[in-house]
Amino acid sequence: MNPTVGWIRSLAQDWGVPNALVPLVPFLLLLIGLYAVIALAAYLARRKWPRADKTIAFWLFVSPWLIGFCLFTIGPIASSIYVSLTSWDLITPPRFVGLANYTEAFQDPKVAQALKVTLLYAVVSVPLQTVLAFLVALLLNTDLPGMRLFRTIWYLPSLVSGVAQMVLFLWVFNPQYGLMNDVLGRFGIAGPGWFNDAGWALPTVILMSLWTIGGAMVIYLAGLKDVPSNLYEAAALDGAGAVRQFWHLTLPQMSPIILFNALTGIIGSLQIFTQGFIANGGPKDSLLFFVYYLYDNAFQNFRMGYASALAWILFVVILALTAVTLRGSAFAVYYETELSRKRRRR
Amino acid sequence: MTAVAEPLVLRADRPFWRRNLTLTVVLYVVLALGSLVFVYPFLWMLATSLRSLAGVGSSGASVVPHEFLWDNYRRAVTSFPFWRYALNSVLTTLIPIAGTVFSCSLAGFAFARLQVRFAGVLFAVVLATMLLPGEVTMVPQFMLFNNFGMVDTLYPLILPAFFGSPFYIFLFRQFFARMPGELADAAVVDGCGWFKMFLLVYLPLARPAVVAVSILLFMGYWNNFLGPAIYINSDQWKTLPLALAGFQSVNGTDTPLLMATSVLITIPCVLIFFAAQKQLTDGITFTGGK
Repeated sequence: MNPTVGWIRSLAQDWGVPNALVPLVPFLLLLIGLYAVIALAAYLARRKWPRADKTIAFWLFVSPWLIGFCLFTIGPIASSIYVSLTSWDLITPPRFVGLANYTEAFQDPKVAQALKVTLLYAVVSVPLQTVLAFLVALLLNTDLPGMRLFRTIWYLPSLVSGVAQMVLFLWVFNPQYGLMNDVLGRFGIAGPGWFNDAGWALPTVILMSLWTIGGAMVIYLAGLKDVPSNLYEAAALDGAGAVRQFWHLTLPQMSPIILFNALTGIIGSLQIFTQGFIANGGPKDSLLFFVYYLYDNAFQNFRMGYASALAWILFVVILALTAVTLRGSAFAVYYETELSRKRRRR
Repeated sequence: MTAVAEPLVLRADRPFWRRNLTLTVVLYVVLALGSLVFVYPFLWMLATSLRSLAGVGSSGASVVPHEFLWDNYRRAVTSFPFWRYALNSVLTTLIPIAGTVFSCSLAGFAFARLQVRFAGVLFAVVLATMLLPGEVTMVPQFMLFNNFGMVDTLYPLILPAFFGSPFYIFLFRQFFARMPGELADAAVVDGCGWFKMFLLVYLPLARPAVVAVSILLFMGYWNNFLGPAIYINSDQWKTLPLALAGFQSVNGTDTPLLMATSVLITIPCVLIFFAAQKQLTDGITFTGGK
């Protein structure tokens, strides 16, 4: 704890602030101080430029975000870069070690394993989820009676919390008592060890991730509703069948949404944590996801410097994969604005 | 001539399931099988939560309720401080929702309606921070809260919400930008200040957005696991997901109890989903679609 903060806290305790609120006092004081400065600045600006009320209002309105941005984003980014160049256990003062954390990370077999597991998960599960969710959305977009019920059923698993989900699936995939092997057994198939088997643990998590495609599916459904129906009518008049309508109309119209889902899917999958945590990294580190290893270093071993270096490595990986996806999809994604721009030129 | 072109158009207003019976039957079969796959683990979770420990070992994939041990639920809320954890979960869900809605609607309104110099640049910054993974700021944020002596309290899970989140700022901006500007002009003529205008004119009109955002936030905060896993050590401040995770490792063999607890954690999300299904789908429509 910062000594000033400690001093303010003891003052607050002396003044009889309830114990549960004491940790809040130093933070509130900082906030009050900040807002006193902001209010003074706004007052002075108002006297100097009486007609600038819109500008003043704008800056006041965004001030919560702006303070948060400095306090929780820019500040941490700057200090994260610095901390990643130090060795620090939170107790003794940080010791500057240069790039040692990064060189260590590149030689750490666990980092290699974590990267391998995480990338494999992302590369396999994201395309699977994207395609499956899209197909399901197409299926659920037909106007059959009772479709609302089906949509609800397919969305429901997305409401289950990550922990409850993992707890549930640890038992669904339990080799002895589990649902999966019982079902497989009825078809005469001897099921694998799933989470208990180092070779099967990751495929099991990927399989499990398909259960929650509901979130992406809902976004596709919304997009499918937005495709103008007169386009389909025109296509039908031109004699295009269902298959051609799909390839030449639905798919191009939906491509920005597919890209959106793929991108959020990639970013999300690289940040997978809960599954690895609950499974304790899985047998033989088969579920040692990158964020789990980062967490382990920071909050179990208190190697803050090393963990910060890992965070930056993760950032670079996410950036790279996002860039590759954006680049690779540039030719395949169709935007409405492109068409209108062409029209305007004409 | 007309016989070729007309039927296609005319048939469009006749539901296709009357036209093509085979396809309809195939679709229903696929839908039913798929639904079974999606709903079966749920039913299994429910059935298992009502079984005895011996019953779990012998019943395998069956979801037929042979026994109804409602006592599992009583044990789930009494064998560990369930209500204490539930209270922590409620506190770290409802207060952050209020905080996020407040800060993000305010900023979103400013970006949509108060076009001043640098607003565009600042909005680009907001969008850029959406790309930054939370992991990069995770460790230094922990140090910040550690400096403030807030580790192992609920504050690190609550306070950041009051300082906006780029995704929801973006959402509110999109919503406010689509509202007519004449409202603002009328309010200005009536001598309304900007804050009053936001609070009395625009925010009430943004109710659908507020509701949708609140529901999305509820799912996020209620199920949040990484945050509590980082900041909470002592038993008294654990939230339900964190308690369940600890429970899983300590008491891994008492499956019925684990399942009962999982069901209890899931129920609020399912209830809220059913209560606000329409608002949620509308909300997601303007999240993902445009």
